[in-house]
Amino acid sequence: MAGTAPRGSLLKSLTVQARVIHALLMREVITRFGRENLGVLWLIGEPMVFTLGVAALWSAAGLSHGSGIPIVAFAITGYSSVLMWRNTASKCNAAIHQNFNLLYHRNVQVIDVFITRIIIELAGATASFIVLSIFFIAVDVIAPPVDLLEVVGGWLMLAWFGASLGLVLGSATAYSEIVDRVWHPTSYLLFPLSGAAFMVEWLPPLGQKVVLLLPMVHGVEIVREGFFGNTVHTHYDVAYMATCCIVLNLFGLFLARDAERRIEPP
Amino acid sequence: MISIDNVSKTYKTRHGRRLILDKVNLRLERGHNIGIIGRNGAGKSTLIRLLSGAEQPSSGRIHRGMRVSWPLAFGGAFQPHLTGLDNLKFVCRIYGVDYRPKVEFVEEFTELGIYFHEPVSHYSMGMATRLAFALSMAVEFDCFLIDETMVVGDTRFHERCHTELFVKRKDRSFILVSHDANEIRRLCETACVLHEGKLHAFETVDEAFEFYQTATL
Repeated sequence: MAGTAPRGSLLKSLTVQARVIHALLMREVITRFGRENLGVLWLIGEPMVFTLGVAALWSAAGLSHGSGIPIVAFAITGYSSVLMWRNTASKCNAAIHQNFNLLYHRNVQVIDVFITRIIIELAGATASFIVLSIFFIAVDVIAPPVDLLEVVGGWLMLAWFGASLGLVLGSATAYSEIVDRVWHPTSYLLFPLSGAAFMVEWLPPLGQKVVLLLPMVHGVEIVREGFFGNTVHTHYDVAYMATCCIVLNLFGLFLARDAERRIEPP
Repeated sequence: MISIDNVSKTYKTRHGRRLILDKVNLRLERGHNIGIIGRNGAGKSTLIRLLSGAEQPSSGRIHRGMRVSWPLAFGGAFQPHLTGLDNLKFVCRIYGVDYRPKVEFVEEFTELGIYFHEPVSHYSMGMATRLAFALSMAVEFDCFLIDETMVVGDTRFHERCHTELFVKRKDRSFILVSHDANEIRRLCETACVLHEGKLHAFETVDEAFEFYQTATL
């Protein structure tokens, strides 16, 4: 890396990076959730409250869509999936600005700040998804997933997408503040299009084509196929989603490295 | 050794890019020290930020062959929502140091009492400065970056900082940045003057002092 000290072997660098990320994780968790009240439990609690609220609203509105899909399971799979990419992206978006002072420490690099936030958001959304699913399965409101492995696979794809999107959007704020301003309305617009509130099958052919351009739609479809099995008709293309993720991921890594040179004190 | 080779730094302004540092060169051997004098706005703090790695140069290279500190007593490098103790743990984790043996020193030096376990956001300015300084001492660096303009506090605090830094750690390197030429004269072996983006190096502090006075009149 130009302009920085040689850090010895790759292994040594990785040790330093792991140490830094560990320190940042501890700090971020305490800063965000504090020690009082529920503390770290809010990591799961925050997304859980959201998901539960949406599930309750949808149930009350009686949006059963005439498809026979249980509304609670539909809401949980849908809304948890949204959290995976929306929260990571939003948190990474603010990461440089909120953590600039940490960069005074030689070992802390921009990428570490992103990785920390990505880990926290993904872990929170995942934990809340698991806890909610187990809870509703235990009280017999929803049936257990038909194919657990497929749920996990779809979920990992969503995680990959969320992490890549976070890297790109987070680094992009170093170039222009417009990114932050544009992202907020964009994320609201993307929400109804992301597959959280519909199955691709329900759309007319043209609509299906359009929404399937969005990578996260594929992930949600996979998760739902794993959850509901053959009772639903799903449309997805793993190769397409993976390609999008690889491109975003590499682009994000490149930007994060370049952002390092561009950052100015707030 | 620390070396700065042809480092330039520009910032974007409404009137185009502004050159703050213009092909600056600097070399510092282990165990030696250097003072950098410059008027307000000469680019001293920018140079410190580049040295600490918080920002990258627009062009040129910075090589750090030593463990370089963050700008000394710089309060921003810690976290207002964390307690003094948490901040100590955080900083120690970042640098791979065991925090336990450091607790006593930090508690004693900062004289924070029960506030050591309170969030830093509840601290007075003086308390925060003491903590910031103590944390910088908790990690043993080879080279300290000192931005004199950022160290605020009473005479007693200054004296204690002086003892920790220039007496107990006099084998270390430091780069001291100041607009007070007398301070540099008192503490540094050699000195440079930062003036209009250029860094002028001098053999002796007195020569630097002379240049500073004539150039910045």
